[in-house]
Amino acid sequence: MKRVGTMLAVAAMLGFGASASAQTLNAVKQRGVLVCGVGQGLPGFSSPDDRGNWTGLDVDLCRAMAAAIFNDANKVRFAPLSAKDRFTALQSGEIDVLSRNSTWTLSRDSSLGLNFAAVNYYDGQGFMVRKALKINSALELNGASVCTQTGTTTELNLADYFRANKMKYEVLALATADETIKAYDASRCDVFTTDVSQLYAEKLKLTNANDHIILPEVISKEPLGPVVRHGDDQWFDLVKWTHFAMINAEELGISSKTIDEALKSDKPDIRRLVGTEGNYGEQLGLTKDWVVRIVKAVGNYGESFERNVGSGSKLGIARGINNLWTKGGIQYAPPIR
Amino acid sequence: MAALSSADVRPARAAFYNDPRLRGLFYQVVLFAVVLWLGYEFVINARDNLRAARIATGFGFLDNTAGFSINQTLIAYTESDSYARVFVVGLLNTLLVAAIGIVLATILGFVIGISRLSSNWLLQRLAGAYVEVIRNLPLLFQILFWYLAVLGALPGPRQSISVFGEAFINNRGLFIPRPLLDDGFGVVVAAFVVAIVASLAVRLWARRRQEATGQQFPVLWTTLVLVVGLTLLALVATGFPISFEKPALRGFNFVGGVRVIPEFVALLIALVTYTAAFIAEIVRAGILAVSHGQTEAAYSLGLRPGQTLRLVVVPQALRVIIPPLTSQYLNLTKNSSLAVSIGYPDLFAVFAGTTLNQTGQAIEIIAITMAVYLLISLVTSLLMNWYNARVRLVER
Repeated sequence: MKRVGTMLAVAAMLGFGASASAQTLNAVKQRGVLVCGVGQGLPGFSSPDDRGNWTGLDVDLCRAMAAAIFNDANKVRFAPLSAKDRFTALQSGEIDVLSRNSTWTLSRDSSLGLNFAAVNYYDGQGFMVRKALKINSALELNGASVCTQTGTTTELNLADYFRANKMKYEVLALATADETIKAYDASRCDVFTTDVSQLYAEKLKLTNANDHIILPEVISKEPLGPVVRHGDDQWFDLVKWTHFAMINAEELGISSKTIDEALKSDKPDIRRLVGTEGNYGEQLGLTKDWVVRIVKAVGNYGESFERNVGSGSKLGIARGINNLWTKGGIQYAPPIR
Repeated sequence: MAALSSADVRPARAAFYNDPRLRGLFYQVVLFAVVLWLGYEFVINARDNLRAARIATGFGFLDNTAGFSINQTLIAYTESDSYARVFVVGLLNTLLVAAIGIVLATILGFVIGISRLSSNWLLQRLAGAYVEVIRNLPLLFQILFWYLAVLGALPGPRQSISVFGEAFINNRGLFIPRPLLDDGFGVVVAAFVVAIVASLAVRLWARRRQEATGQQFPVLWTTLVLVVGLTLLALVATGFPISFEKPALRGFNFVGGVRVIPEFVALLIALVTYTAAFIAEIVRAGILAVSHGQTEAAYSLGLRPGQTLRLVVVPQALRVIIPPLTSQYLNLTKNSSLAVSIGYPDLFAVFAGTTLNQTGQAIEIIAITMAVYLLISLVTSLLMNWYNARVRLVER
């Protein structure tokens, strides 16, 4: 069993391993490949196709990092992890970075010994039910059976929401996303709950996707983003700024199509971004052209969003609050200077 | 030639490092020291690494609020209870499925094991086929089969299968009426206890009489009449002080009554049928180990086949059966942790799973979980060893 293995691994690593290395970047460079923890098949965020190529918003962040480090977006080994195993795998050093639609919370940031580097998707929890139940609001769910994935913030928000609204429910908590959606599809539960973006993605897996609706209520804040271990600030910065680079590129209008023109630009903020001025990449332990590498490999944040979860994908999720701050959203990155 | 004194023939004393006792002692001390040192290093190193990574440590998390719900709890539990309570809930769920599983697997295993030796050709072949099919399929596969293919195919709450309008079966579980005890039920309990005591007294008296005179007494029937009769009489006399809360369809599902969740049923069936296949083979081996001469001797003494099995063969077979049976009980208990694959909230799922994930304290939680499974297994072994000592051959 994989998860037992993971747990024993963490016990062994913490027990016998040398003190936590602060040199993740060097270790990755020596290994020649970035090990990135991702989901087990969540369309739009991290899912492999029939030839084993991983795609998705979370996957793109890993590829962007690989591009920045190795100038090759394919030098990533993806480690699919269940919600239950993900943090243990990161703590034990099995993976270098976790990019697996994980919610940033205080206790995870502090007591788990982890750092959330950025928010690459602002999400919230919602509910999906069968249309046949003729339910229009989550407040009508008193007495329902709810399927959810164990070891998630979803499980806790669910309890809070029903408690706050004095409603009863039965929870069926399963270990993986696939088991959970299957149990819902088999009518074991009336309700399926998870982050709204995932509801759209999981809905595609149902036998008759059109027989189900997503209720309007969003009951929580779920800022999702990449996570690293405590104790290596250089690596923490690198992950954080990989995301910021993608946002800044979009803000400055630099996409994978316009990157070559940008290299000839004489605007100072663009010159700093693409590395024709200053040594910002080197300050991160990378090269001057790090952003060029990232944008050439995966595009800017907007391109990645539309390709994976937005209008260019089967999910068709609107940008909403994930739009740039200049366009009515809350995606905002500190400046490169 | 002068006789040699005994002092002269004594061999030269070996060097102390060649003394086998000293040498043995030395190695034991060294090994003990190495184990101690390894353990010490593990603890210190783990502590330092956890501190360096600033991961929370210690057992304080057990008092924190869990905040998540569990769908089968044998004791009162709400989301605002602590992780310690989650631990107890999970432990009880594990013990429940293990205890019921052990009893049912033993009964089924004995029936099938004896059937395999039956002179009835059909019965014998059926039992053989059962054993060969069930014990050669992976347990996880069987759990998923029962859960997804069998119980998953049941209708939804609105199309529930009704059993005389009293109990209901659907894909959310089995719903049966809950007995509610009214005043005066104590009398019924008292009558039941009196019946049991009286039956025991009859049994003792019957055995003494048989030893003295050889005459037999129908103890089984007397016991049945006493227990059922007295209890029924008390029920009638007190005017049936028991009522039932019936499950009723309300909203999404049935409300009221006792509910047995499908995850429990699937896990229990899979564990029982799987373990019973192994127990059947152990029982068959045990019975075959008793010499056929014993059966012939019993027949020539005039014992009927049933009595022969019960009084002669099985007591001797038990000596062979019990030690491997203990292993099967332990296996069943440990295999119950596969519950995690179908969402049954056992110790492994809610404590080593959800709680570990919410708190991130892997070392503490895995250590506690290991200790608990070890303890359950040791207690099971202890009980079985005690029973084994009772049935072993008494040598005179």
